[in-house]
Amino acid sequence: MKLECKVNGENREADGVREGESLLYILRERLDLPGSKNACEQGECGSCSVYMDGMLVCSCLVLAGQAEGREIVTVEGLADENELHPVQKSFIEAGAVQCGFCTPGLIVATHDLLERNAKPSDVEIREALAGNLCRCTGYEKILDAVKLAAAKNGNGA
Amino acid sequence: MKAESAPTRERPKILPSNPGKIGESRPRADGVPKVRGEFEYSSDLRVDGMLWGATLRSPHPHANIWSIDTAEAEDMPGVYSVLTHEDVPGRKVYGMEVPDQPVLAWEHVRYEGEPIAVVAADHPETARRALEKIAVDYEILDPITDPAEALREDTPKLHLSGNVLKEVHIKHGDVEATADVVVSGEYEVGMQDQAFLGPESGMAVPDGRGGVDLFISTQWLHIDRDQIAESLDLPPEDVRLTLSGVGGAFGGREDLSMQIHSCMLALDAGRPVKMMYNREESFYGHVHRHPCKMEYEHGADREGNLVYVKARLVFDGGAYASSSNAVCLNAGTFACGPYDVPNARIDSYMLYTNNPPCGAMRGFGAVQVCFAHETQMDKLANKLGMNPVELRLKNAMKPGDKFPFGQTVPEPAPVAEILERVENMPMPEEEEIIGRDLRRLPGGVSNVTRGEGVKRGVGYAVGYKNIGFSAGFDDYSTASIALSVEDGEPIIYVHTAAAEVGQGGVTLQAQISRTELGVENVAVLPADTRIGSAGSTSASRQSYVTGGAVKMACEAVRGKVFERVREEFGDEFGGELSMEDGSVLAGNRRIVALAELLENGGIEETVVYRHKPTYPLDENGQGDAHFQFAFAAHRAVVEVDEELGLVRVVEIATAQDVGKIMNPQSLEGQIQGGVAQGLGLALLEEIQMKDGKVQNASFTDYLLPTILDMPPVRMEVLELADPDSPYGLKGVGEPPTISSTPAIVAALRDATGRELNRVPVKPEQLAGIEGEPIRRAPQPGSRGPVADDLGSEA
Repeated sequence: MKLECKVNGENREADGVREGESLLYILRERLDLPGSKNACEQGECGSCSVYMDGMLVCSCLVLAGQAEGREIVTVEGLADENELHPVQKSFIEAGAVQCGFCTPGLIVATHDLLERNAKPSDVEIREALAGNLCRCTGYEKILDAVKLAAAKNGNGA
Repeated sequence: MKAESAPTRERPKILPSNPGKIGESRPRADGVPKVRGEFEYSSDLRVDGMLWGATLRSPHPHANIWSIDTAEAEDMPGVYSVLTHEDVPGRKVYGMEVPDQPVLAWEHVRYEGEPIAVVAADHPETARRALEKIAVDYEILDPITDPAEALREDTPKLHLSGNVLKEVHIKHGDVEATADVVVSGEYEVGMQDQAFLGPESGMAVPDGRGGVDLFISTQWLHIDRDQIAESLDLPPEDVRLTLSGVGGAFGGREDLSMQIHSCMLALDAGRPVKMMYNREESFYGHVHRHPCKMEYEHGADREGNLVYVKARLVFDGGAYASSSNAVCLNAGTFACGPYDVPNARIDSYMLYTNNPPCGAMRGFGAVQVCFAHETQMDKLANKLGMNPVELRLKNAMKPGDKFPFGQTVPEPAPVAEILERVENMPMPEEEEIIGRDLRRLPGGVSNVTRGEGVKRGVGYAVGYKNIGFSAGFDDYSTASIALSVEDGEPIIYVHTAAAEVGQGGVTLQAQISRTELGVENVAVLPADTRIGSAGSTSASRQSYVTGGAVKMACEAVRGKVFERVREEFGDEFGGELSMEDGSVLAGNRRIVALAELLENGGIEETVVYRHKPTYPLDENGQGDAHFQFAFAAHRAVVEVDEELGLVRVVEIATAQDVGKIMNPQSLEGQIQGGVAQGLGLALLEEIQMKDGKVQNASFTDYLLPTILDMPPVRMEVLELADPDSPYGLKGVGEPPTISSTPAIVAALRDATGRELNRVPVKPEQLAGIEGEPIRRAPQPGSRGPVADDLGSEA
């Protein structure tokens, strides 16, 4: 089948899509956007988090057909050409990146959290990011990164 | 179908960065591509025309294979290659220490998930469907799943060498010593998974001349290369490996997974082949932490001085050897903990079974015994009526003492100091339990308690481990440093084969080069097999060994720079030569800019660095087996809902000696991340086995700590220089994972009074509802409990 959707602001299409392919597979293997990661492919780790019509979803749980005509934003769509998004800067500055495999999903999930809640408390951050597994950092620097990003946003950075 | 010529891959572009000097926190050079989603992991690799590989695995933990029929799979459209053991060109087995594991099984399978055949097809789904068309005729055998059973003489042998893979016996002092106060116990550690997030994956590209290039995530390129070449029957130079982006490792990438398979498929099909496990397959595709049962007896005098330790350790090595020999030795040597123990008898056994192969995971043998010896120390303190920290302080090992394996404890060994530090750190504030925000109660957002029955507990533990490879292993690393001038600016190129697996080794190599040569632009080249081995990214060794190699190569380059200065400017400078800010200085005086000095050619030096030698243990388990030791202590504060068995870890406090802080932010990340894995083992993580089959091969059923589970880590870091190591540094990655687990369990005991001799601790243990139900006669009108629930007697 043929799939058409808008990804990171551009109209994209994929031909020859099989029924069983997920949105994650389409992004990674057919649209050359491997930033969304495939750590569990059953909606437990959050590494494949993207926006679909403005809603945070695990792209591994979205069938390709369900994305038809939708607007998708991935981690690759958050930064400008030259300028990182404040959430991305904060993850680097706070040391929240080690192997980095969870990072794209956490960046998108944090972006979503801060859109909804500009100044989240620690428990709100923990609750919002409970669906994103990280095996390297022990999460403390991720918490720091989210708070740093919130502060940057607050300063209009 | 053979392609005319194999596609080539463009090497990733290397951007120089200014890494800062050692001791500084600098953002990691790979941070920008990682946050943009542009960092290329091995699972992201693709080239035009590539095929997808897939692996047929045994559904049985123990079986004979009578036949394998691949004809139907081969005939499927879109399938390019179907291979079995008959197609392995060279050695049909592999393994790091003992080559006992079939590349593809023949005649027998010894664990559930053992690879039998591999397929390459034009779509991953086609490859998976082709696997279903392969017919394997199995004769199912009873699996041997209990190491104690495997140890018995009359149990069938899983390997020609027998079921005992390794035994280590340590006899120290008077092995018959007796004491006034004796405590004993039996302890058990479950099978933990490394659960790195990036799945096993890589891409093999045939070179069209019989050789192959493999882009791969691994911990040690050269040991992979050597095993692959052996099984492909190719000279090592025809098997070239380049490290691809690695999504975590923690020991789970030391053994081969899809390396040989993808190369075989690529060479057969004449096309690039990518293989990538999904999460379920990943649980079958790598080794796990060894489950272990331990019997301990500690004897002390009435003042609390340890007189002896006796321990019997039985490890489940699973179906194949992996790095089990070294785990068995490590566990034996560290079985008594970081204490001055005058007499000891340690028997450490490693058994083959039909369970999944076990091997390296962060802590490597020290984790299991630390849970046991620290529980014993608390038990002993309780029997003596002593403060458990005081008991540990009284027996803490000091430099000059003898380890139970005969080696002298080297400087520094600050066991007492780190214990005192964790005891004296401020306690987390006690927050009123009733009326608290439910998200900060045990069970958290599940909202199942309002604070009734919640108790607070505190626990302490201390542990230690060797850094690097031990017992006579030639544990070296190779580094090349090239200093040149580009666009009028000096630049350093660093090349090693050390695997960056997330720990920040690439940043550290750049920091060392920047520090040694006083040049701000540093580019670290991709790790590959064009240079000599760096050894494994494991055993907390790369900062020491590859860090040492990079430092040594920089010193060689610096020597050549000074030679050139002397040739051009003579040798009367009135001060020591040094390199700073892109120039050569004498004292504070600038002699020449590097841009000028190196105008007509740069300088490149390649060196091999070795730490001091180690030696195997003798028949009594005695010898200078290890070259460096790292120590950490932990204090855990927990809250437990006694009725529901739910836990909230409130805080972990830790003190660790690291010798020298090379990069504070990376160091903190290692400590916090290591504690999280220790917390996982204490409370959540276990691969559950039944009759040799994995019951929970998914992240739905294998529970990892989330951000809700992980508390803040309060840390104090000591910098007591090791006189032998580069900059005095010590390896830091593993100690946080060793004693955090027993500290948490000690706190759970403190809160609940329960024994808790097994990790991970289950809610039913904490709530006191584990064990068999009481058997009663059925009530009138009831058939009573059904037989399946209560066994045959009911």
